[in-house]
Amino acid sequence: MDKLSVEHLLGIKYLNPNDIDLIFKTADHFKEVINRPIKKVPSLRDITIANLFFENSTRTKLSFELAEKRLSADVINFSAGQSSVKKGETLIDTVNNILSMKVDIVVMRHGNVGAGVFLSKHVDAKIINAGDGTHEHPTQALLDSYSIREKLGTVKGKKIVIVGDILHSRVALSNIFALQLQGAQVKVCGPTTLIPKYISSLGVEVETNLKKALEWCDVANVLRVQHERMDIKYFPSTREYTQLFGINNEILDNLGKKIVIMHPGPINRGVEITSSVADSDQSIILNQVENGVAVRMAVIYLLAQQIKR
Amino acid sequence: MSKKTLLNSKDIEIILHRLACQLIENHNDFSNTVLIGLQPRGSYLANRLANLLKTEYQIKDLQLGLLDITFYRDDFRRRDEPLAATSTKINFLVEDKKVVIIDDVLFSGRSIRAALTAIQSYGRPKNIELLVLIDRRFSRHLPIQPNYRGRQVDAINEEKVLVSWKENNKKDAVYIEQT
Repeated sequence: MDKLSVEHLLGIKYLNPNDIDLIFKTADHFKEVINRPIKKVPSLRDITIANLFFENSTRTKLSFELAEKRLSADVINFSAGQSSVKKGETLIDTVNNILSMKVDIVVMRHGNVGAGVFLSKHVDAKIINAGDGTHEHPTQALLDSYSIREKLGTVKGKKIVIVGDILHSRVALSNIFALQLQGAQVKVCGPTTLIPKYISSLGVEVETNLKKALEWCDVANVLRVQHERMDIKYFPSTREYTQLFGINNEILDNLGKKIVIMHPGPINRGVEITSSVADSDQSIILNQVENGVAVRMAVIYLLAQQIKR
Repeated sequence: MSKKTLLNSKDIEIILHRLACQLIENHNDFSNTVLIGLQPRGSYLANRLANLLKTEYQIKDLQLGLLDITFYRDDFRRRDEPLAATSTKINFLVEDKKVVIIDDVLFSGRSIRAALTAIQSYGRPKNIELLVLIDRRFSRHLPIQPNYRGRQVDAINEEKVLVSWKENNKKDAVYIEQT
C-alpha cells in the first residue's frame, strides 16, 4: 500500500509505522530531486497551498514554502500579524475565506493546542499541522527521525535523549511518538521543572543528570529553552541552566564515544549548546534543515495524492 | 486470459545485438552519448544493452543512468492506485550530450513525454533519441516515435504487452496477453 492511512497530518500519534516508512521512502526520492541542478518537479502544478502562520516562524515556514514550490504548487502565505485576525475574525472564518480562493491544502501553525484537529473537522481541505502550541510538530519529528536514519542507518534500537525544555516543546512530544513508533528507546533530560508530570505515562524515562544521559545515548536532541512560553521562572538563571544542561566540548570529549548532536533550531548559542558543538562534525543540525525540505515535500505529495478532481 | 509468445529469448538476444549495432553506427565510441533507462522496466533493457556494448562491442566508459519519471507523469491523482516512485540514479549531467532514452514498450507516449521533461533537470542535451524494445503502433496519444525499435506490434487496446526479463522473471520473453 503506497498511501497514507490518514487524510491530514495533524500529529505523529495518528500515524502508524507504515506511514512513517512511506514518508521516508518518498523523501529519499525527493532528496535526490533537491540535489539536482534543477530542483523542481511538476507533480503539484494544479494544487494550491495556503501557509497559515498564526505564530512566528522562520525555518518551518521557509522549509514548507520551498517544499511546496519545489513540487510546483501555487503558494499563498498568511501571517496573523498583518491579517484580519487582529480585527477579531475567527479562525474558521479566516480559513473559509482563504478556501474560497480554491485552496487544496492548508499548512497551519497556531498557538492553541488542537487547532489543526479543530480545523480538519470544519473545512474541506487537507490540513498539515506545522505546530500547535505546546502539543505537536509532526514534520519536525519526521525530519529528525529521517536525519537519524540517514546518519545511523536505522532508528530502531537506537537510544535517543531529548535534552532541555520538554514542558513547552511540541518537538519533544512529536519526537517521542515518532521515535517510539520506530522502535527507538527515548529518555528526556532537563530540569525537573521543565519535565511534564505525564512523561512516564508515555513510556519515557527521566534523567536529570546530563552526563549520565549522554553516556547512555546514541543521539542527543537538544531543545531550546522557550522563554516566550514561560509565564513563571522555571530555573534560577540562564547561567545555571547552561552549567547543568548546556552541551559543550568538555562534556562530549569525556564520554569516550561519539554521539550525534541534533537541534531543531533556532539555537541559543552558548545556552543549551556551545557554538563549537553546534558546528562540529558530530552535529547534524544543517542536515536536519536540508532533510526538512525533502520530508515536507514527501508529506505534501502523499496527501495531495488523495485529492481527486 | 490467453497469453501468446511474441518473442522468445533467442529473438530477444538477436534484437539486442541489432539495437547495439544500430547505436554504434550513430554514436561510435559513445564519448558524447549517455544511455538513460526509464525506471522501472526500461532499466532492465538499458542495463542489458549497456552490458552488451561493453562486453561484446568493447565500448569503454559508457555512461548509463536510470531515470524515474513518477513526479513528471500527467496522471497524478487520476488513478485509483497511487503512484509509487522508484529511484533515479544519474550521477552525471546531460549538458550538451547526446541522450538515448530507453524503455521496454512504447504505448501512448506519455511516459516518454514525462521523461523528456524530467531529463531537463540534468541539463540541456544536444539531442535526444528514443530506443524501445516493443513499439505498439496505432496507440499513440502524443506525436512521439522511436529512433530504434526492437519489434513493431499491432495490438488492440484490450491486449497487454508483457516484457519478461531473466533478471526479474527468470526468462527473457515478450508476451501478448488478452485482458
